Amino acid sequence: MNQTVVSYLSQYEFYDSLLALFGNNQGLLAFTIFLIVALIIVGLCATIGGLGTYAERKISADLQQRIGPNRVGPYGLLQFLADGVKMMTKEDVMPFTADKMLFYLAPMLALVGVFATLAVLPFSSGFAMADLNVGVFYLIAISSLVGLAVFLGGYASNSKWSMLGGMRGASQIISYEIPVTISILAITLLAGGMSFGTIVGMQKGLPINWFIFHNPFAFIAFFVFFTGALAETNRAPFDLPEAESELVSGYHTEYTGMRFGFFALAEYIEVFVVCGVAVALFLGGSNLPVDIKLDIIPIQIIEVVIFLTKTLLLYYVVIWIRWTLPRLRVDQLMSVCWKYLTPMAILNLVGCAIWLVVFNGKSMADMVFGH
Amino acid sequence: MIPATFDGLMPIVILMSIAVLLFWGGHFASVILAPKKPSHLKSTPYECGEQPVGSAWSMFNVRFYVVGLIFIIFDVESVLMFPVASIFREMNDMGQGGYALIIFLSFISILIEGIAYCWKKGDLDWVKSYQVSLNDNNK
Repeated sequence: MNQTVVSYLSQYEFYDSLLALFGNNQGLLAFTIFLIVALIIVGLCATIGGLGTYAERKISADLQQRIGPNRVGPYGLLQFLADGVKMMTKEDVMPFTADKMLFYLAPMLALVGVFATLAVLPFSSGFAMADLNVGVFYLIAISSLVGLAVFLGGYASNSKWSMLGGMRGASQIISYEIPVTISILAITLLAGGMSFGTIVGMQKGLPINWFIFHNPFAFIAFFVFFTGALAETNRAPFDLPEAESELVSGYHTEYTGMRFGFFALAEYIEVFVVCGVAVALFLGGSNLPVDIKLDIIPIQIIEVVIFLTKTLLLYYVVIWIRWTLPRLRVDQLMSVCWKYLTPMAILNLVGCAIWLVVFNGKSMADMVFGH
Repeated sequence: MIPATFDGLMPIVILMSIAVLLFWGGHFASVILAPKKPSHLKSTPYECGEQPVGSAWSMFNVRFYVVGLIFIIFDVESVLMFPVASIFREMNDMGQGGYALIIFLSFISILIEGIAYCWKKGDLDWVKSYQVSLNDNNK
């Protein structure tokens, strides 16, 4: 398992000639490679986030037997660009009662929080930006910046709707962080490490080796994680912070133009990140179904394609859920989190620990096929 | 090979600065492109078309504080469990699995005790807790 994209590339010969080109300044070369890869990832994710809005509208149209956007570009594919241009040319209105500094800061914080999570997303075994040894821990920590941004946006607007949305958003995001964290804890237990490299590396081979099929508890843990993650990204049926029919638009009621656009972009990229994390933790990550000893760049590209395919399939499920289930009530939301998901997550954690000791770390597949 | 410092935090800093630059860029573009016709009415906070009454920065439901407190308890406990979880498998391979399991379970039992206490006290209900305690008093 390679650490980062730079240390992956450094095993090739052309790295040395590149190094010579940069006057043997390793820091500068690492910086350049990281910058290029970061720009690629940001471009990819911004496109996926943009296309996410298009996919959302198209899939919802499909589920409701409508046609959906079909005017801008072929099949309406360029709709998100038109939306972006429109947002950019809209007037930025700030309420005169607002806390100007925080009002300005909130969308930026959301964007920073989401982009920072992209750093540890394991796109392939060599194409990850940073394989921190505290990977999942870092992810949980940094993604709560988004919750902070939601509350800050609601608070700074000094509008009643925003305030209510922000309060709800903050309480929902911190509540659902508990089942998500404990589910991730169960996977940490099974993998024996917090880095994404270790976790993905443990799931090599056929789908039967994925952590979701490791034991029955991990299977349930996936659904607990996925439900909690949906709630953390404020997606329906947990979209109470921005419930249109009761709170106008929730925490971003007062946001117009590009500032609103950044909130929306952050939300769509966050859904992508959450799906990617679910794929990496439970669904085998970027591993090929067959074990190939050959380590060349085309294999890496196939791995990236596998990872993206799984993630986008999960993204489809997220949109599907949004347009199928009705919204919860606030008290239902809280009881689902604290009375169902959290005890279930703790039970899964205990179950995984006992399974690990009793069956000496073997998965269900190991016991059936007898390795 | 590369020094470890470049492997760790540099990409995170780069991604964060890209986010900030993207925000500034979008903001700058909107400053250039967007019309600016401010008026007093336009910049009042939205309150369904009525004149806004009072500030939004007022008192709010005490439930949010309770949720925050419960969250902190659980969050700190799960933070403390992460190091144990990451060496659990290693200890199991060393033949110390049962020992680790007992310690792990006794730690989790504190967590379970906490959630049972909150549940019993009615702090996990959103609106019912007040009514529950009233009924208890009437008994």
